[in-house]
Amino acid sequence: MKKILIVIFFLYSQVQSVEPDEILTDQKLENVARLIGKELRCLVCQNEDIENSNADMARDLRILVRKMLSEGKTKDEIISYIHSRYGDFVLFNPPIRYDTSLLWLLPIIFLILLFYTFFRKKH
Amino acid sequence: MKYLFLLIFMSSIGFLFYKGLKIDPSVVPSNLIDEKTPNFQLKKIGTYPLFQPNDLKKQEIKIVNFFATWCAPCKVEHPQLMKLSSSFTIYGIAKKDNTKDINKWLKDYGNPFDKIGLDSDGISSIEWGVYGLPETFIINKDSKILYKHVGPIMENDLEKIKAILK
Repeated sequence: MKKILIVIFFLYSQVQSVEPDEILTDQKLENVARLIGKELRCLVCQNEDIENSNADMARDLRILVRKMLSEGKTKDEIISYIHSRYGDFVLFNPPIRYDTSLLWLLPIIFLILLFYTFFRKKH
Repeated sequence: MKYLFLLIFMSSIGFLFYKGLKIDPSVVPSNLIDEKTPNFQLKKIGTYPLFQPNDLKKQEIKIVNFFATWCAPCKVEHPQLMKLSSSFTIYGIAKKDNTKDINKWLKDYGNPFDKIGLDSDGISSIEWGVYGLPETFIINKDSKILYKHVGPIMENDLEKIKAILK
């Protein structure tokens, strides 16, 4: 029973929302489409990427990504286009800029502080 | 020194929480503010004049409203659009809808739109950075996007919208 539950868990974790009619016949392009989809946040269900979201909006974006790939656009071009429409919010990895510096630097600052207090105590 | 670090840490966390309380995470800010209106292609709906990119080049301030007959908040918003339409030019984009339902909608609730078009596949909506319905854009005389309203325009939003339109 335990083993079956583990198998079901791993099967479920692999389930994606990509529907059969969306999948590209070219497996290489389909793989790129899935990689792109994993980097884009669904703006409706905000904790999911567009590959795993059931929202209509995510489906539109998945179809657009595959359409642009079929037209010969590169991964960077597609992500850059969608970023230009929806801003940083659509990216799971926001770019490092002046206004996002706090987001990237705070964990490093806290780590440094943690090490500093830890080693100070030892001495 | 230890207490100073703790104080800095706690106050920065407190500050971020306070800022976070004022942010509505469901509203994604538009990336197109101060940008020229994007290109788009719509389908004609019945006998209504078709809304095209050239219409936005007119030297006047205008409103672009994304809606659908299947969208309940759009019905709530409709009376406010009717009020705005008496003083301002409004263009409508119906997302993933059909001619029959739109005809009935405009007949039943009134037509606030000077021109209208159908975005049947949702591509034009993506061009405009639309992620939910309804969404409303205010465009200035130079075809630049001044403001985006996410969600239905309610009675108490009208004053704010009118102030931007002037």
